[in-house]
Amino acid sequence: MSRQSAIEIAGVSKQFGDFTALDHVDFKIQQNEFFTLLGPSGCGKTTLLRMIAGFETPTQGDILLNGKTISDSPAHRRKINTVFQNYALFPHMTLAQNVAFGLENLGWAKGDIKTRVDEMLEMVHMAQFARRKPDQLSGGQKQRIALARALAPKPEVLLLDEPLSALDLKLRQSMRDELRRLQRETGITFVFVTHDQEEALDMSDRIAVMGHGRVQQIGAPDEIYEAPENRFVADFIGETNFLDGEVTALDGDTATIHTALGIDVTTTQSGVTAPGPAVLSIRPEKIGLETQAEDETREGTVVSRNYMGGFTHYTVEAGGVSLRVSRRNAQARADRIEVGDTVTLGFQPANARILGQ
Amino acid sequence: MSKAFRFWGLVPAWALMLLTLIVPILIVAAVSVAERGAYGGFTWGFDLTSYRQILFTEGWTDELEFDPAYLIIIGRTLAYAAGATLISLLLALPVSYFISLQSARMKLILVYLVTLPFWVSMIVRVYAWLIILGNDGLAERAFRLFGGWDVPGFLFTPGAMLTGMVYSYIPLMILPVYASVEKLDPALIEASHDLYGSRWTAMRRVILPLASPGLMAGSILVFVPCLGTVLEPMLLGGGKQLMMGTLIQNQFGGARNWPFGSAIAMLLLAMVIGVLILNARRALARQTEVAP
Repeated sequence: MSRQSAIEIAGVSKQFGDFTALDHVDFKIQQNEFFTLLGPSGCGKTTLLRMIAGFETPTQGDILLNGKTISDSPAHRRKINTVFQNYALFPHMTLAQNVAFGLENLGWAKGDIKTRVDEMLEMVHMAQFARRKPDQLSGGQKQRIALARALAPKPEVLLLDEPLSALDLKLRQSMRDELRRLQRETGITFVFVTHDQEEALDMSDRIAVMGHGRVQQIGAPDEIYEAPENRFVADFIGETNFLDGEVTALDGDTATIHTALGIDVTTTQSGVTAPGPAVLSIRPEKIGLETQAEDETREGTVVSRNYMGGFTHYTVEAGGVSLRVSRRNAQARADRIEVGDTVTLGFQPANARILGQ
Repeated sequence: MSKAFRFWGLVPAWALMLLTLIVPILIVAAVSVAERGAYGGFTWGFDLTSYRQILFTEGWTDELEFDPAYLIIIGRTLAYAAGATLISLLLALPVSYFISLQSARMKLILVYLVTLPFWVSMIVRVYAWLIILGNDGLAERAFRLFGGWDVPGFLFTPGAMLTGMVYSYIPLMILPVYASVEKLDPALIEASHDLYGSRWTAMRRVILPLASPGLMAGSILVFVPCLGTVLEPMLLGGGKQLMMGTLIQNQFGGARNWPFGSAIAMLLLAMVIGVLILNARRALARQTEVAP
């Protein structure tokens, strides 16, 4: 038998009046996993998180913690803690009192609470601020106290609701590393909700991409990015070009597509069940220009150029199709391509993916 | 802005304060130490008899005897005001919480409805309760209809007085309590549940402490006018139970003892100022209670 999953979402649906927030969602989160729910706003990820926490009840289906249903137990009886989006620190309590709050409610002994609070404040490097009130803290400091408060009672699962969205860019990067460190140190299962794909790709062991109230795909970050299972995932994660085409041959996981560019490409596929219309998804950085042009080549005209420092983004028109191409600037001031230039472009079929309509 | 302008610009405000607040209080203070005239009225002077009268009466042989009669009235006034404040507080909390959960539009309507009785004259509103609680009134009929009890009558009881006081002043409690409950971040209540707190814990450790500025403000706003209330004890209490407000009214009216009425009024004023100072000190203490 496989390891007991930390959280199991079993056929969960949620209706808000006529609106279906979640539609038969099914998946398992493993022990000690950094699991991310990723999707655009309104995809149901926050609703799902709130259900695991106990703030919403499923209209249908069941939620299991370590194999036991928790659907009937209220939030304060679940060994699950949450880091709230805007931290939700108690403004009238000191930081130490905030961190102690959960432990007091669990009936810990006074001495144990003190030890644990000190330990947690130490862990998030906030020990010297123990007696401050939350409104005397910066965003990043509040974030760390929110983490310390949620981790103090040693929950089975820690939920994080877009915890980095209120921080500025620099801080966000260092908090990512901090979160990963805390997850590894504590060994607690983290369920992280975000709409920021970069965050998700950077931190997660596995990602569930959600859209339209359903789980669109679950997998490791590179699987999600390199082998999207449908158009939604390919489109939402990173940038991509969709080339319309006609599948002419189909053999299990591989297919041949005749694209609007006028070339035939044979590569892996997902969601195509019969020959017919489909799309070819190819990422901008996987298309080569001019000297880098590879197997499948085609002539095109550069219609726009955006210099980003490390990369330059181009739009190239070829055969009536407009393609986004991004090129790493590996050499300083080398072979500049300007708007209006005619270029050869190409890509390796293995880097492209055929997706059903 | 020049200093002179700042000074002269404020003169109208100072003049208004002086004429409508300071001068009347000084007059009442002066009357309270005046001598009572033989046939009502008074002659100016400095005589503390009126204040002495609060605690002592003169016996047949001119010696002073301690008489707790007025102390009892003062105590009763404090007790009724405190009771009305407490009941208002307990009612205002759920009402405020309920309003804060409504849509923005509904909130506006409900807050307006809370203030609506203020548009009607106080006397009319107290008379309305007279009809509701009176003999064979709505309250008695309702009890007969639903409970089958024949109640002896609500009017002219302490309950009727309290009902009237709570009814009259509860909007002053609901508005500040609502203002502080409405500001409460619902995520804080969720956080308290998330950290293993029951509903009671959330109420005691999160909602009440955070709403306390509103609760204090509301309590002051209800307690202070309740101390000086006249209509409810007179009409709903049937004048059976003297309160400070009715006592003052009697002294200026029927008893024609202006100096004594003024002395009681000054005592009432001192009590109100005392309550306000206590509250201000509490608020200050809260503000400075910031850890290093």
